[in-house]
Amino acid sequence: MIRVVLPPHLRTLAQVKGEVQLDVAGPITRAAVLDALETRYPMLRGTIRDHVSEQRRPFLRFFACERDLTHEPPDAPLPDAVAAGAEPFLVIGAIAGG
Amino acid sequence: MSGVRVLVGTRKGAFILTADGKRDRWNVSGPLFAGWEIYHLKGSPADPSRLYASQTSGWFGQIIQRSCDGGKTWETPGGALEKSPEGFPKGESNKFVYDTSPATGKPLTTHQWYDGTQHPWEFKRVWHLEPSLTDPDAVFAGVEDAGLFRTSDGGKTWQELAGLRGHGTGPKWQPGAGGMCLHTILLDPANPKRMYIAISAAGAFRTDDGGKSWKPINRGLRSQYIPDPDAEIGHCVHRIALHRSRPNALFMQKHWDVMRSDDAGDSWREVSGNLPTDFGFVIDVHAHEPETIYVVPIKSDSEHYPPEGKLRVYRSRTGGNEWEALTQGLPQRDCYVNVLRDAMAIDALDKCGVYFGTTGGQVYMSPDAGDSWTPIVRDLPAVLSVEVQTLR
Repeated sequence: MIRVVLPPHLRTLAQVKGEVQLDVAGPITRAAVLDALETRYPMLRGTIRDHVSEQRRPFLRFFACERDLTHEPPDAPLPDAVAAGAEPFLVIGAIAGG
Repeated sequence: MSGVRVLVGTRKGAFILTADGKRDRWNVSGPLFAGWEIYHLKGSPADPSRLYASQTSGWFGQIIQRSCDGGKTWETPGGALEKSPEGFPKGESNKFVYDTSPATGKPLTTHQWYDGTQHPWEFKRVWHLEPSLTDPDAVFAGVEDAGLFRTSDGGKTWQELAGLRGHGTGPKWQPGAGGMCLHTILLDPANPKRMYIAISAAGAFRTDDGGKSWKPINRGLRSQYIPDPDAEIGHCVHRIALHRSRPNALFMQKHWDVMRSDDAGDSWREVSGNLPTDFGFVIDVHAHEPETIYVVPIKSDSEHYPPEGKLRVYRSRTGGNEWEALTQGLPQRDCYVNVLRDAMAIDALDKCGVYFGTTGGQVYMSPDAGDSWTPIVRDLPAVLSVEVQTLR
């Protein structure tokens, strides 16, 4: 099981509390995790990445295992601890405000 | 028993205000979609229980919400968690993709950027949702960057009416201070093929064939902020309104100037008359008197608050030119709020009610066509839009 932590607004939109757990087939990459997330929670389509280009929305970042994975290629393998379910994959809204 | 349902969009969520026909005791529910910008909510004239809302965020983009029970419960159309034999829903209710030309795969046109250079179209948000007059599943959406979309399946999918953006003047459209938004959609109740839209800062446009082809309708407008003040395109129209009994008569609040047309927009003349300033955003028409119109004058394009710190609605019973200030119950000192373009609405009860919301979070209402005013709520987040449904 892949564990995903969503920002509070997306948890509300997806009607989930706490972490999301997903079955992800094949290599555990960011693209594969987001594909599985959007399949299971269709209302999240377009909120994390563009519907057509699949580019990340500009104010979102991806962290895991205390690393910033935002600018890693979408098909790069995620850390082993994420693939093993020991650590979550975090979708983070960029900090903004005063 | 008659009643009203007021739909309020704010910077931090939506609120629904309800009252019976007396409109003296209000129930306030919300915030719905807390923390999100709600640019607009509107109910279907064909089914008052059907509501649509535009929910947006700089972080997460566009969401479309739909209610089938008058706002008690909401869903993202086609985005439910239920799995069917075909799999999970596609979740495309927030997919607004501009039409592209088959030859190039690029957007039909570019538009002007603030500095006059050309800039590609980029979808940002839905400003206005206009449900069909006859079909609860059909809705038009005015978006930024300016374009017009339509759904015919209750919001599950949206298709652009590309004839508007592609009709030829698109490269001359430019963003106003709030972005290049299509903010006004008027459906002609007497002619289902006719529709009006307005864009900041391009102007007003009309279709007579259900949205396939469009023409600019800006003759008579003058704007000092474009190289040719009388140009066909480039005017910052803030709002247009019509009365359903006389849909060829249009009233416009422009960046500066209050205008009217009596020929479906083919020509316009100024009716600012004795207003203290002819800058403003909202304009609306009395429910039963097609020559009675309302505006809220704002000091200037750089000082977005009422002149002299006095919040005044102005009413003309002569279709413009002669205006009276309506002040009873409104703050007449130290008031520096704005009233945004989609933030006025009028109900259809016998003594029609007038409603408007402010960037200070007040929603004021008048149960007597503007003679007196009272706040329904005082402390909401900044109000972006106000609509009212008359329930019978």
